[in-house]
Amino acid sequence: MKYLIKNSTVIDPKNNINEVLDVLISNGKIKQIGKNLKALGAKTINAKGMITAPGFVDMHVHFRQPGFEYKETILSGSLSAIKGGVTSVAVMPNTNPVMDTSERVENLQKIIKKDGKINVFVLGCITREQKGENITDFSKLKSVGCVGFTDDGHCVNSAKVMEKAFEKSGKRNLLFISHAEDTSLSAGGVMNEGFIADKLGLKGVSNESEYKIVERDIKLAKKHKARIHIAHVSTKESCELIRKAKKQGVKITAEATPHHFTLTEKECESFNANFKMAPPLRKQKDVDAIKKAIKDGTINCIATDHAPHAVHEKDIEFSNAMNGIIGLETALPLAIENLVDTKHLNMMGLVCVMSYSPAQILGVDKGHLTEGSEADVVVFDPQEKWIYNKEDIVSKSKNSPFIGKELKGKVKYTFVAGKLAS
Amino acid sequence: MTKNFKWNKKDLLGLEYLSAEEITHILDTAESFKEVTTRDIKKVPALRGKTAANLFYEPSTRTRGSFEIAEKRLSCDVVNMDMKASSITKGETLIDTGKNLEALKIDIFVIRHSNPGAPNILARNVSASIINAGDGFHEHPTQALLDLFTIREKLGKIKGKNVSIIGDITHSRVARSNIWGLKKLGANVTICAPKIILPKFAKEFGVKVTDKIDVALKDADAINVLRMQFERDIADAFPSKEEYFNQYGISEERLKKAKKNIVVMHPGPINRGIEMSSEVADGKNSVILEQVTNGIAIRMAVLYLVAGVKNKVSS
Repeated sequence: MKYLIKNSTVIDPKNNINEVLDVLISNGKIKQIGKNLKALGAKTINAKGMITAPGFVDMHVHFRQPGFEYKETILSGSLSAIKGGVTSVAVMPNTNPVMDTSERVENLQKIIKKDGKINVFVLGCITREQKGENITDFSKLKSVGCVGFTDDGHCVNSAKVMEKAFEKSGKRNLLFISHAEDTSLSAGGVMNEGFIADKLGLKGVSNESEYKIVERDIKLAKKHKARIHIAHVSTKESCELIRKAKKQGVKITAEATPHHFTLTEKECESFNANFKMAPPLRKQKDVDAIKKAIKDGTINCIATDHAPHAVHEKDIEFSNAMNGIIGLETALPLAIENLVDTKHLNMMGLVCVMSYSPAQILGVDKGHLTEGSEADVVVFDPQEKWIYNKEDIVSKSKNSPFIGKELKGKVKYTFVAGKLAS
Repeated sequence: MTKNFKWNKKDLLGLEYLSAEEITHILDTAESFKEVTTRDIKKVPALRGKTAANLFYEPSTRTRGSFEIAEKRLSCDVVNMDMKASSITKGETLIDTGKNLEALKIDIFVIRHSNPGAPNILARNVSASIINAGDGFHEHPTQALLDLFTIREKLGKIKGKNVSIIGDITHSRVARSNIWGLKKLGANVTICAPKIILPKFAKEFGVKVTDKIDVALKDADAINVLRMQFERDIADAFPSKEEYFNQYGISEERLKKAKKNIVVMHPGPINRGIEMSSEVADGKNSVILEQVTNGIAIRMAVLYLVAGVKNKVSS
């Protein structure tokens, strides 16, 4: 099948393209990008006013398979990604069992081969059973396709263990992703520490519990010339530490989630657990600092931390509810509204933090529209307004605080390896 | 004062959510119900044909008893549900419980729950009225309303009066509701406790914060002394109960330095000899038992007002 996407603004940060052009997709590849293209037998899509970009790459999602298929599966997660224009994801290893051995990863790879409608990259655990004690076999995990290592959901609380991981990385330059949360400080906390938590009678999680670990990981990565990626940055202090570390040449990258640059702790006043996350929603000053860090490149990319949960895990008492929200289907509009419309990023910058940049971090050949490469492409209307209805959610879970809200920016077509996906 | 006021809230979730006018209207309404409780026949037909369910997810004797008496004096049918023994242990969610009970055509839920916000969640999901009888460390609005009622009765007004709340503020829903109510009605509020049981950001309530009992007592027109809960983990931080009494307990000597007619309140149950001496608890300044009596009138007023709201939609 051939597709000819006509008259859209093509944005490709890697190849520095940003103009109205046609894109020809043929045999699963980007065949040609140019002016007034013609192709016999191609299905033509008139995309005037729209943007054609490399399919988005989300380096932080929870697809819950194996173990929690009632929340999400490789298949349902893929379909949710397609709805959001996401053609590549990295799945977090906190499944059941966790992805800490090559056998377990191989089993998951089989499921992905069968059900993955998009490119699903696997992240392995840093420690066995994510207990923060014994390091996994990175070489073996890498040999079965793990693109990086993380105990996400848990922090590697022991500096000694984290240091050992960095040591073992050696010259291989492995990607470690840090869920920075000092649980000796955050234990029992359910929302951001501050007056709002005090008045609601909820236990707080301090900024310190995050940035103390960021500080530690920077120090250790620097010492061992290892790579570190900070997941879901939520505090102003972390932004400042990462900025400083980058200036010093530390091999550090970072991501921010749409909810952390969109919402504040004030939302928790509703006791609606769709505003409960780890790390928690913070203050406006933190939101502003994250946006500034995205603008100046301190934060490299946007990742959703797509975290599906069932109704009985979220629509309950705030303190008892699980952490996290789904995010794949709302990332683009939230980024347009909160980063592009506010002039923190132009459209080129947005496409970069949502596709090319995360692909670079993961070390995968994705996130660009180079002629001859696999055609993972998103076409979106940056202006179209739509209501995010619960009934329209593709993910198996519906835990989103944005349900019922009007959003701006809609994905119209998602191509995975040249196939129009839906 | 609030003669032409029309009450329109289906729920009472907390005093943070009420205006000064609404709080005053509850207090005024309670005055007429207090008169009812002095009669020989203490029952009025105001809520005849209505059903209230008292959902207590946490043990409570006095608040639950007080609500039950208030409901019965309004001729309301009452179902008491000990939720600990009920379906929550089998995994039914709060919302499911609410919807199931609503299917039994219950008009008013009175809920006590250990999780902050449980009444708010219920209120959003059912169209019946929700009255918060205490949710975690968040709010205990009827207790604060009866405290306000008692202060107003004793001092004539609340505006401009100096009221100190003394004790474990961090773990107290009574304290939070009192702060909101007192602030809205124009009192000068001081909170006093050892630093370890003062919320870190307490100043942002707009109150004076001190860890010195003499500061809290000086110029106070009323004090509300909270129950010390030594079973909590923070108890480790205290040297001993005796030490707490020495530093913060309300004794006759301490009271001598305060205003002569200072109103001494306590939400009960009292730990005699820990937060307050027996002499003070039973002394002339103590209004502790009057608070209990006023609690009935306040709860009757609240039940009556929320039940009277027509066209209820879940908030």
